[in-house]
Amino acid sequence: MYDFAAFLLLVAMALSIVRALQGPTVFDRILAANMFGSATVLMITTVGFMIERTDLVDIGLIYALVSFTGTIAVLRYVEYERVMAEKQAKRAAGAPKEQL
Amino acid sequence: MDMALDVLSWILLALGGAVAVLSGVGLLRFPDVYSRMHAASMLESLGAFCVLLGLFLQAGFTVVGAKLAILYVFLLLTAATAGHALAKSTYEAGVKPYERPGRRTDSQLGEGSNG
Amino acid sequence: MVQFLDVILLTFLAVVAFAAVRMRDLFGIAMLLGVFSFLSASLFVVLDAADVAMTEAAVGAGVSTILVLSTLAATGKTVRPRSGRWKLPLFVTVMVGAALAYGTLDMPRYGDPSAPIQVHPIAKHYIEVSPQESGIPNMVTTLLAFYRGFDTLGETGVVFTAGIGVLALIGRRRRQDGTAAEALGPDVVAERHIIVRVVGKMMIPLVLLFACYVQAHGDYGPGGGFQAGVIFASGLMIYMLLFGIDAAERLVPPSVLQRLIALGLLIYGGIGVVNILQGGHFLDYRTLSSDAAHGIHYGVLGIELGVGITVTAVITTIIFTFTGYLRRGSATQQEA
Repeated sequence: MYDFAAFLLLVAMALSIVRALQGPTVFDRILAANMFGSATVLMITTVGFMIERTDLVDIGLIYALVSFTGTIAVLRYVEYERVMAEKQAKRAAGAPKEQL
Repeated sequence: MDMALDVLSWILLALGGAVAVLSGVGLLRFPDVYSRMHAASMLESLGAFCVLLGLFLQAGFTVVGAKLAILYVFLLLTAATAGHALAKSTYEAGVKPYERPGRRTDSQLGEGSNG
Repeated sequence: MVQFLDVILLTFLAVVAFAAVRMRDLFGIAMLLGVFSFLSASLFVVLDAADVAMTEAAVGAGVSTILVLSTLAATGKTVRPRSGRWKLPLFVTVMVGAALAYGTLDMPRYGDPSAPIQVHPIAKHYIEVSPQESGIPNMVTTLLAFYRGFDTLGETGVVFTAGIGVLALIGRRRRQDGTAAEALGPDVVAERHIIVRVVGKMMIPLVLLFACYVQAHGDYGPGGGFQAGVIFASGLMIYMLLFGIDAAERLVPPSVLQRLIALGLLIYGGIGVVNILQGGHFLDYRTLSSDAAHGIHYGVLGIELGVGITVTAVITTIIFTFTGYLRRGSATQQEA
């Protein structure tokens, strides 16, 4: 019973890898990596029940918490790059330093 | 009783796996980032619910069961927030939603065109 | 089924690694490295190595991603064009790979019951004796912290050195140019990201509490000092990401962090010295109490605490240093 669910979750992971490799925009890749993380959490929990080591749920908990940190970091980075690019453009257009 | 729990677990786990696969298919087939976010969040809410409930029925009211419940709450909370932050980021970066070619725009509909 | 999982996961690893090497956009590579880390942790789980999987989970999803992104923010996003010479590098790579593969032919087969690691009497001794001798159910923790405690002291020393190295090379943040400071400043986050800020504030105490749980629970399940330190640092990082590095450095001043880096290692070595003063060997915890099992348990708890403190402080220092580097602004941003 656990095998079937683990296999289906593996299929979902494969599909999200394809999107991560393909995704034209950066946000596609972030989305795919996020979904891959969630699928991994579910798969690790299921595999834990499969090999009779139920304390692997702790690893799932860690992933759920830490991948949130990673996603926030990625989104702050994207915002940082955008803000810096805007400042760059304004500086190139010759705006005085106070308006930056 | 054990047999009924096992069958229910089997059904729930299979359902959760099916939701995961559908979510992945949606991730590949939908035309733009925003609709793909809908597909991806399906896994984290409904898929996680089915899988974790199926495992909870196997674990029972033990520490492991309590951890599974906490895991679901965390997944819901972080997935919803991360999805919101991602969508906001995408919108502010200027990514436009997909429009099917040939679709009547809102201005045309507003002028009372026939259905 | 487990072998099937192994094969599939290894295939995914190969695909992701190949794609990460071929990709030109460095940010996409950062995302793929995150995926690679998830896959590695899944592999460790399938190999029934729960402690290692936990450490990989804690480090790969949060800390590694933040470090790579800080580096990208400080340097640049595109790769330099390739040089076009591929024959010699390909030849060298194939030769080295072939030599390594030839070397593995001599190793015992995976899971072979007659492999030296299974047959040597010390393995049987550890498995049979450790739960009773130390009173700790998790054999991995007993092995790491007691039977091979000196190695773990060295590992903690390595973490310590990494923190010192980063501090020496990159140094403390000095405010020079204000442009980068505004991009990271608190006003950027506070008024624009209310939802993330509120949920983040809810998550931070949960993460810190979970880190303390992992630290204390290392005796009974997967866990211990290294994992707990990384998770605790991740909680502090959420705070830094949401409220800006100024607020984060007010919360945990770098001077306090530097003292904590040394304190953890001192606790570890100090316990060993206490053992000597009580008449035993260095890091022989049995002298800590009249009952040998209790002594070992106290010793393990103490050194795990030391490891956790050092790892937390080092990782937080590294993240603050990398992010603080952005404040000074890179040369390209100042010239344009």
